[in-house]
Amino acid sequence: DIDDVGHKYYLELVLEDVLDKDSTVNCTAEVLYHLGNKNIAPDVQFTLEGELKNTEEADNIFYSRIKSLEKELVAENIPDSHGNVPPEMEPVRLLAWVASGYVIWQNSTENTKFQLAQIKRVKQVKRSDEYLEFDYTILLHEMVSQEIIPWQMTVLWHPQHGVQVTQDSRQPKHASQ
Amino acid sequence: DQVFHIVPETLQQVQHLQHLCSTLLLDLWKPQLPEDISTGEDLHIRVPARLVQEVKDSLDHHMISYKVLIPDVQELVDQSMPKERKSHRQVPEGYVYTQYHPMDEIYQWMTQIQKSNSELVTQHSLGKTIENRTLYYLQISQPSDKTKKIIWMDCGIHAREWISPAFCQWFVKEILQNYKSDPKISRFLQNLDLYVLPVLNIDGYMYSWEKDRLWRKNRSPYMNGTCYGTDLNRNFNSSWGSIGVSYNCTSEIFCGSGPESEPETRAVAQFIEKKKSDILCYLTIHSYGQYILTPYGSTTEPPSNSEELMHVAKKAADALMGKYGTSYEVGSTSLILYSNSGSSRDWAHMIGIPFSYTFELRDNGTHGFLLPSEQIQPTCEETM
Repeated sequence: DIDDVGHKYYLELVLEDVLDKDSTVNCTAEVLYHLGNKNIAPDVQFTLEGELKNTEEADNIFYSRIKSLEKELVAENIPDSHGNVPPEMEPVRLLAWVASGYVIWQNSTENTKFQLAQIKRVKQVKRSDEYLEFDYTILLHEMVSQEIIPWQMTVLWHPQHGVQVTQDSRQPKHASQ
Repeated sequence: DQVFHIVPETLQQVQHLQHLCSTLLLDLWKPQLPEDISTGEDLHIRVPARLVQEVKDSLDHHMISYKVLIPDVQELVDQSMPKERKSHRQVPEGYVYTQYHPMDEIYQWMTQIQKSNSELVTQHSLGKTIENRTLYYLQISQPSDKTKKIIWMDCGIHAREWISPAFCQWFVKEILQNYKSDPKISRFLQNLDLYVLPVLNIDGYMYSWEKDRLWRKNRSPYMNGTCYGTDLNRNFNSSWGSIGVSYNCTSEIFCGSGPESEPETRAVAQFIEKKKSDILCYLTIHSYGQYILTPYGSTTEPPSNSEELMHVAKKAADALMGKYGTSYEVGSTSLILYSNSGSSRDWAHMIGIPFSYTFELRDNGTHGFLLPSEQIQPTCEETM
């Protein structure tokens, strides 16, 4: 407890490479949840004890593949109802996962626990520069309320410049219930 | 399923047909809406197999003549769209336990399983869902002269948690395939009866197949049909409505209009209440999160036998981890997850069932509710 400021958590965690379970890196972090105002994202500081794997090769393969598509990429329901993801969509899913991490961070409080549930729709947006741009509509699952929340996010990516969420907004739930 | 062709002759017939369509929720192929049914106009209705006799009887009773336009809808579908799964559909010897199955197939599976294992398995009805579907459980019981204690397990309280019904089916299959050869299972059945409810929230489960994969609640209409669904796991009579719920139908954790307001809840609760003195263990299977949860969700006060509950749960988690290294967290819901009231697990313990657990199966959030079917086998094996 930090009076008049909020609650600070000290964390020791282990990062595990999703694509290589034996590859781990230790990490320490401090998270500060601000008192009162629910519209400020928690402050996060972290230190990696070691290095993250180099992903240049895989990044470049994905980048070239998308750049060489004749038509802009469009896809829906990743994973599908049975949990399946076509192999060529896996990087698209991972990109969404990273980008959703940003959205989740910006919208988290001490009383929320968000997970990416599904990519409802993804559409590649044509760009004149070297960046790749994807317009995602994702579904976030919030554990405490059990709600499924649609969220739109515009994601920029480049192998050397990393991921950026340039725009995101919470979407209204369908009236179809 | 069959498609009937009817040409209504009188206004009375029209009204009866409209009534039939809306009460049985029949699938109108032509016209689109019940209000467009009229005399002298073609009417095509698809009737699910289980209602065919009932509908025929009703038409006969009201002197409405009909023709069966399509005697087997599935056959037509298969012809137009060859499915590789077709050969696995009806027969449990060919039943694919490593795939997710829609409700119609699960109903068929239950019938078949009972038929091919009639010395051990009986199928019983608990009641009906809000959309009038029958809730069945399977009783696995080795004939003996001593009364045996009961272990109850239900799956699929929450529609979107598909791995849960998959596990119940797997569990039944494992027991029936191995009870003669596996000494552990054989000893089990000498002393205990197993009652398994493969899908509790049938309407919701079907809805998650047909309309909204991430649906959670049942399909109870509220607010004049403008809002649907009660969270069945907030609807039991255990500190109902006190914490971790919403009183608003639009919420995923809407607790209903009162404890046991939902027919599904009532059907299960009434049965368990009746048998409670013989029930040793109540298990309810959910996903996701990888937890074994003990009572209570509605309070942090530990239950009277909390040490024993934890001890058994920890042993279970260790055994589970021994299979594929999957780690499960063990503890009381209110302490390790979140507060909630009206859960079936809390209720079971409160009425005196000593061992009451919620299992939250794989995974940890990577796929969440959309667990790939390749994970059905390892999940079920480790949980077994």
